[in-house]
Amino acid sequence: MTETIQPQAWRNQRSADSQFKRNWAKLRRNKAALFGGILILIYLITALLAPVIFPGSPSAPNLSRSLERPSFANPLGTDELGRSILGRVIYGSRVSLLIAIGVVFVGLLVGVPLGLVSGYYGGKVDFGIQRITDTLLAFPGFLLALGLVSVLGVGLKNTIISVGISMVPIYIRLVRGCTLSVREQTYVEAARAVGTRDRTILLRHILPNVMIPITIQTSLGMGMGILSAAALGFLGLGVQPPTPEWGAMLGSGRAYLFHAPHVATFPGIAIFLAVLGFNLAGDGLRDVLDPRFRL
Amino acid sequence: MKQESLLSVMNLRTRFHIYEGMVTAVDGINLDVYRGETLGVVGESGCGKSVTALSILRLLASPPAEIQGTILFGGVNLLDLNLDEIRRIRGNAISMIFQEPMTSLNPVLTIGEQISEAIRLHQGVARQEAWSKAVEMLQMVQIPSPEMRVHEYPHQLSGGMRQRAMIAMALSCHPRLLLADEPTTALDVTIQAQIVDLMERLKEEFETSIVLITHNLGLIAEMAKRVLVMYVGKVVEEAPVEDLFQEPLHPYTQGLLESIPWIGKKLKTGRRQLQEIPGMVPSLLEMPEGCRFHPRCSRAMNICSKEEPPLVQKDGRRVLCWLWA
Repeated sequence: MTETIQPQAWRNQRSADSQFKRNWAKLRRNKAALFGGILILIYLITALLAPVIFPGSPSAPNLSRSLERPSFANPLGTDELGRSILGRVIYGSRVSLLIAIGVVFVGLLVGVPLGLVSGYYGGKVDFGIQRITDTLLAFPGFLLALGLVSVLGVGLKNTIISVGISMVPIYIRLVRGCTLSVREQTYVEAARAVGTRDRTILLRHILPNVMIPITIQTSLGMGMGILSAAALGFLGLGVQPPTPEWGAMLGSGRAYLFHAPHVATFPGIAIFLAVLGFNLAGDGLRDVLDPRFRL
Repeated sequence: MKQESLLSVMNLRTRFHIYEGMVTAVDGINLDVYRGETLGVVGESGCGKSVTALSILRLLASPPAEIQGTILFGGVNLLDLNLDEIRRIRGNAISMIFQEPMTSLNPVLTIGEQISEAIRLHQGVARQEAWSKAVEMLQMVQIPSPEMRVHEYPHQLSGGMRQRAMIAMALSCHPRLLLADEPTTALDVTIQAQIVDLMERLKEEFETSIVLITHNLGLIAEMAKRVLVMYVGKVVEEAPVEDLFQEPLHPYTQGLLESIPWIGKKLKTGRRQLQEIPGMVPSLLEMPEGCRFHPRCSRAMNICSKEEPPLVQKDGRRVLCWLWA
């Protein structure tokens, strides 16, 4: 079959392949990133296959078996209402995955366009957007989410919105900074010189060139999102019972910390591993994709 | 013989508001480009050559830039047009190519996507048709196996090929005027020669006028018909290319020509060293009084440091110097 392929095409095929292979090899050599990736994979499989892995209901109480220690029937023990902690941790991964995706979605949806516009147009538009960003960044991210929840009310949707908004200024700053440097590239000037519209320049010429930092920040942002949402849940301001949510589980387990420590421990480990996975993967992605670290 | 002027720039003044104050990068220049001719613009770095080109297409962000004067193109003052109207001219009637072929193509889009984008923008043709036109253009600029190259990304092309692709993109809508801002500077000599040939050929084919901005006098001698010499924002001399090389009038032009090494040339002064123009280009913030060149001029007179020199017309040439007044 090789004779039908022209040498030129073959060469390019190979160079595109090898770029991917090089990155993949680098990612594999980075043990921490690989470990992070495996954690995310386990987490995703758990979330997607929750009903298969744990056939029962995670929310049905069974008061006769409350606060049992880990056993063969309930590998991670039961909580104060006799619900299997394993089941709740498994189903909790669905909730936290939804939160992680929702939060970065909100952050990206609001932050990326504002960052692009702010960086590209500069001047008064930039000034306005940046002062708002400054104001938002003046609050610690979690405090901002907390304040927003107190305005919007508790629940899954409001948790996602509040934590998402608390992440918006991070995306604005990141995208603005990258846009500022890409905007000065000759190819942007060249695109303007052939009469390309600003919107096209932003979406076709600038956005793809700032995708790498956005991707990295998205991975890190998912970890942050899970953590913030869990903290809200812990305080009783996030997702409400009986929905199995790790933070809320941790919060309700706190009361039994001395005589039934497993109730709080396992959701805590789940949060820890999920956040660790996203952070390690994000760092690994940065090492592989960020040209500044490329040798 | 009075030719029809395609582009006529009158008293163009481009200033930038910066932190330290106001700098005038282009200070009242006049130029005419006739149909089908190549006008060379030479000068040192920072003399306002590129700013002039960018001003014509209104590509400078404003603020900080402030453009005054008249830029008549086909009877229309480009400075009066609104953004939509000037956008329809960019890439369509007037195109521009840049110095850096390495960075003037977007690394994340294929060559074909970038060229067909320009075509679709101005000719309103379907995606498919624009694509085949892009292939056609690549063929025109002599890129081998264009139907394959069109799918490639800029990093897969050499510098010379990228500049060809840039030229293909600039000429894709058959512009009447091409602003070439140092089109060969970043290329090595053999590739430069090919690009020059290519531009010459395309100029004939599309009847495009070219404004060739460069600091390479060899390139000017090769391509241009008339030459403008610029020095810190002013046109100091304008002449047909032969006259300029044979008998430069302005001391700055003389200095420029003397600072080129010619193989086998005998040095007039008997010195074995190459001549240089002493001193430095003045800062745009601290312009010398009188003639801007007088601190570096070997033939400066008293009046040069006091009053601005007049523009002297002499045998179809123009020179901005007290020597000829």
